[in-house]
Amino acid sequence: MSEPIIKFEKVNKWYGDDFHVLRDIDLEVAPGERIVICGPSGSGKSTLIRCINRLEEHQEGRIFVTGTELTDDVKAVERVRREVGMVFQQFNLFPHLTVLENLTLAPMWVGKTPKAKAEEIAMRQLERVRIAEQARKYPLQLSGGQQQRVAIARALCLKPKIMLFDEPTSALDPEMIKEVLEVMIELAGQGMTMICVTHEMGFAKAVANRVIFMDQGQIVEQAPPEEFFSRPKSERTKDFLSKILGH
Amino acid sequence: MASVFQPIPPRPAPVRTTGYVAWARANLFGDWRSTTTTIVLALVALWLLPGMAQWAIFQAVFHPSLESCQAARGTGACWAVVAEKYRYIILGRYPYDEQWRPVVATLLLMGLLGVSCTRRFWRPWLVPLWIAVLAGYFVLMAGGVLGLSKVTTDLWGGLPLTIMLATLGIVLAFPLAVLVALGRRSKLPAIRTMCIVYVELVRGVPLISVLFMASFLFPLFMPVGKSPDVLLRVLVGITLFAAAYLAESVRGGLQAVPKGQVEAAATLGLTYWQTQRKIVLPQALAMVVPAVMNNFIAIFKDTSLVTIVSLYELTGSLGLALNADADWRPYKLEGYFFIAAIYFAFCFAMSRYSLWIEKQVSVSRTR
Ligand SMILES: Nc1ncnc2c1ncn2[C@@H]1O[C@H](COP(=O)(O)OP(=O)(O)O)[C@@H](O)[C@H]1O
Ligand SMILES: [Mg+2]
Repeated sequence: MSEPIIKFEKVNKWYGDDFHVLRDIDLEVAPGERIVICGPSGSGKSTLIRCINRLEEHQEGRIFVTGTELTDDVKAVERVRREVGMVFQQFNLFPHLTVLENLTLAPMWVGKTPKAKAEEIAMRQLERVRIAEQARKYPLQLSGGQQQRVAIARALCLKPKIMLFDEPTSALDPEMIKEVLEVMIELAGQGMTMICVTHEMGFAKAVANRVIFMDQGQIVEQAPPEEFFSRPKSERTKDFLSKILGH
Repeated sequence: MASVFQPIPPRPAPVRTTGYVAWARANLFGDWRSTTTTIVLALVALWLLPGMAQWAIFQAVFHPSLESCQAARGTGACWAVVAEKYRYIILGRYPYDEQWRPVVATLLLMGLLGVSCTRRFWRPWLVPLWIAVLAGYFVLMAGGVLGLSKVTTDLWGGLPLTIMLATLGIVLAFPLAVLVALGRRSKLPAIRTMCIVYVELVRGVPLISVLFMASFLFPLFMPVGKSPDVLLRVLVGITLFAAAYLAESVRGGLQAVPKGQVEAAATLGLTYWQTQRKIVLPQALAMVVPAVMNNFIAIFKDTSLVTIVSLYELTGSLGLALNADADWRPYKLEGYFFIAAIYFAFCFAMSRYSLWIEKQVSVSRTR
């Protein structure tokens, strides 16, 4: 295994004084690795991946992302955030900007790219998620699936090394889930380091190198998907899988 | 039996019911309740309007004649007072021969406001234009250069003073209010506390006392003979007062922007100020247009309080114009109607403009 691109060392996090949300998390992610995180609601999955780009701060342990340690150093955090793209369950597109403006914002203001160049990059990403014809529309004029694909394209515009997905299909109607998953599978095929919180087990089987199961703030079990699904070790994992696979 | 899907062919929407009769039927006589209301209101209007029309129009005196006014006392309005004194009411004590200067200066300022309110002109050159016009305003009003005679600020008055105080009050208070509103949500306790104390202190006292303090207390803290112009002090007072209220309106908008917006901006690597400027403020301000415009209108009318520190803006100059003249003094009511009409014209324009702005910002948010 080469030098890890993400590394958690005994990370602990609390909300307030007494809610211990992450407990002794140790995790190493290799470049190009594709990880799916699953687990019951409230187990700390979102908190874990939000620590990777410091949307949440941890109180104990150390986190390294692309070699930079996440601390109070604002500059370091901004540097890391440029390397890490994130896609949210609720899309979080900017409703007052057009699709194209949503995409060019960061390249222009963070990457200092000239407008024409930024639009060129943006159009290429929109084509990648097959939505280029909607560039001049406003986000709320699009369907949920289209909005989520725009959100993916927006995150890709800064050419991140790592992509984080926090339940990207959970807010979508069933017929739109597929179009978003297809884009994600394509991305996986291109060698992107990906960490996805999702309960789409088909997606996990198709693209993940490793599936992580979390419960009560801990990593309970992690294994390659074929092993994870066919021979889960812990009782809790089995219990969870039986619920989610519906048997 | 298997049912076959039968698509219904599309047809045009029903013809809309339009026209005055249809409108009246729908809106005035829809059911017995609205019919009753309509009839009652119509009766009240019939009862009040003739008397008002008699006083304001039919029995009123329009030509500037004191005798006719005295004859019509009690039965008709004396609009003659406006015809006689309008120049004093609108321009105050400004030296009579130089009164073209406030007129030109104010027209310039209003032209600037008109341009600034038009979307087509929202370009970077608006900033130097503002600086140029404001400089022009003060040169024209104060004189002392370019062969213009010097006119001290205590002689400025009337509508030009009202418009200038309101314009500068709004233009200075608004950015301050945005900073204070952001400050109240800052993560730094010192900044947050400062902003809270400022807002609560200023909101807790009436504008009159702020103006008093600005004009009488302020000089006590300054070296002797160094106290700034009363106009400047009053402007600072109005700005600080208005900003506290505006800040609360703006904060309401800031709170309504979902947290996910800030998080999305953060993950894209935008800095705090970039996030506020590009993501948070555009959405927050769009949501509070009515509240902010409400504040602006209040500022415009609050300028009438500067009379208390001997600056005779529109309301004050009405008093000056009539109090000094025993003959016309009884007709103050008509004078007040006149300036009320002026205030109304400006405030109504602001309120219409607010509706237009609301429509502009909602275009981008349509579903
Ligand atoms: N900002 C917060 N403050 C306090 N508690 C929180 C906060 N965010 C999440 N939590 C709590 O932390 C737990 C883990 O949340 P989360 O990481 O969102 O779980 P998951 O994504 O696995 O559903 C939940 O019980 C949630 O209620
Ligand atoms: Mg979650």
